[in-house]
Amino acid sequence: MTATEAPPAPPGPPTPPAAGPAGIPPHKVSRRKRLVPYWLLLPGILWLLVFFALPLVYQASTSVQTGSLEAGFEVTWHFQTYWDALQEYWPQFVRSLLYAGTATILCLLLGYPLAYLIAFKAGRWRNLVLVLVIAPFFTSFLIRTLAWKTILSDGGPVVEVLNSLHLLDVTSWLGWTEGDRVLATPMAVVCGLTYNFLPFMILPLYTSLERIDGRLHEAAGDLYARPLTTFRKVTFPLSLPGVVSGTLLTFIPASGDYVNAELLGSTDTKMIGSVIQTQFLRVLDYPTAAALSFILMAVVLLMVTFYIRRAGTEELL
Amino acid sequence: MGAVRWIRRNLVVIAGLLTLAYMIVPNVVVMVFSFNKPQGRFNYSWQTFSLDAWKDPCGVADLCGSLSLSLQLATFATIGATVLGTMIAFALVRYRFRARGAINSLIFLPMAMPEVVMAASLLTLFLNLGAQLGFTTILIAHIMFCLSFVVTAVKARVLSMDPRLEEAARDLYAGPVQTFVRVTLPIAAPGIAAGALLAFALSFDDFIITNFNAGQTVTFPMFVWGSAQRGTPVQINVIGTAMFIIAVALVGAGQLISNRRRKTATT
Repeated sequence: MTATEAPPAPPGPPTPPAAGPAGIPPHKVSRRKRLVPYWLLLPGILWLLVFFALPLVYQASTSVQTGSLEAGFEVTWHFQTYWDALQEYWPQFVRSLLYAGTATILCLLLGYPLAYLIAFKAGRWRNLVLVLVIAPFFTSFLIRTLAWKTILSDGGPVVEVLNSLHLLDVTSWLGWTEGDRVLATPMAVVCGLTYNFLPFMILPLYTSLERIDGRLHEAAGDLYARPLTTFRKVTFPLSLPGVVSGTLLTFIPASGDYVNAELLGSTDTKMIGSVIQTQFLRVLDYPTAAALSFILMAVVLLMVTFYIRRAGTEELL
Repeated sequence: MGAVRWIRRNLVVIAGLLTLAYMIVPNVVVMVFSFNKPQGRFNYSWQTFSLDAWKDPCGVADLCGSLSLSLQLATFATIGATVLGTMIAFALVRYRFRARGAINSLIFLPMAMPEVVMAASLLTLFLNLGAQLGFTTILIAHIMFCLSFVVTAVKARVLSMDPRLEEAARDLYAGPVQTFVRVTLPIAAPGIAAGALLAFALSFDDFIITNFNAGQTVTFPMFVWGSAQRGTPVQINVIGTAMFIIAVALVGAGQLISNRRRKTATT
């Protein structure tokens, strides 16, 4: 192996420059081997550094610039932008975190039974149900979100049912809906967010539930634990990794999403993503947009770090 | 009170099926409304049954152009992200080296960040470099955000691989290349395929990052977004339905193949 590999050592660039002093083949080979992981990593990591990390640096610098589109922007260390942006848009920030948090909790409540069903009760239907969970992924999520406009429309089935049950009065009183409409209210936005991010909750939950040994349930039953106790003391704690990664995979993208708020909401339900998008692409106020986006990132990263610490799961996904 | 007891016993199943219904209903609506003949610009209320849109899915200006653009983008992004991601995954699982922790977090971070942040920061980079926004910038962005997902998918598979299989291949005098092509790659293939499928779906469906970095280029999600304001043509529902059916068929076929493989492997 070594003999066949050593002779064709080309003089040109193909060999890594660190190939070392010639004439000592064993040493050369081991050195080359040591470099293998770095060569494997290089292109991908470079891609992430240039197109993920470097942009964040550029964004940080943009956020402390002043100027205008015509005159050009200049770094002036104008931190005031952050303060101004926060003062003007804190309602959208709070709203985003509130909507995303509510959607995450709803996803957990709705997704857990389904994940449980697939893991333990579906039997030979398991694959079919899994397909039905994954397949909606492939119909463009914008089209599916637009379908909610039909479902929630005035005089549509949802409004009719809620109205006849007099539930709309309750939700209106809570401020979730307005009068007898659901569309263009917070409820519609949260409904859309919950819907869109459900698969991201169900799949990690399912993976962690599926790993649980069924004999643990039997053992709990043998020890006279009632089903609810078994769930509380055995199943749920063992599924915690899934709960943690599911809630993260739901909350993080939901907090920055603006599609649901724009398609299903109104100006009163704008989320911070919409503001960033408008500032960047329409108002062309780059410093404010960059500052807002930085604040969002910082808030989300802080919350995620805190949450992971509390949940005590370092192993993610 | 047999009914109450039955409901109580099957509470999990009932709740799960209700969630499943919640997930499927919009797809059904999309499907049903692909047969609608709307009277105004908006296809939000049922009028009359019609096959018009199915007969002429490309009848709307720019729709099929945007669709083919999205398919091309997704294909290139999948190839790029899968190759780069698989290389990273192998390096991370198979080798010990310095900076592993840093590299792991660099790969985790794109998944732990709201899309709009990545989209906006990438745009500031392109603006500062004076890059022309279009196909290339979208492709760059898509490879970037698909990469982490591919690494995660492939890593999971490579981690569960038995290293003794490769040792056995080497004991049987297979060279490193032969071992990799005949043993390692086939075992890792399901993970790589899962990563590639995920990358394709993510890239094809991405709206937020594309919206920021597309310039004047219109991908399919961008077309849908634009038409939502002007009035959605029925053809959009046709495309959505077709995508759903193709996906179900593909996943179903994949299941069948893997089931048959498993059966032949055990007998």
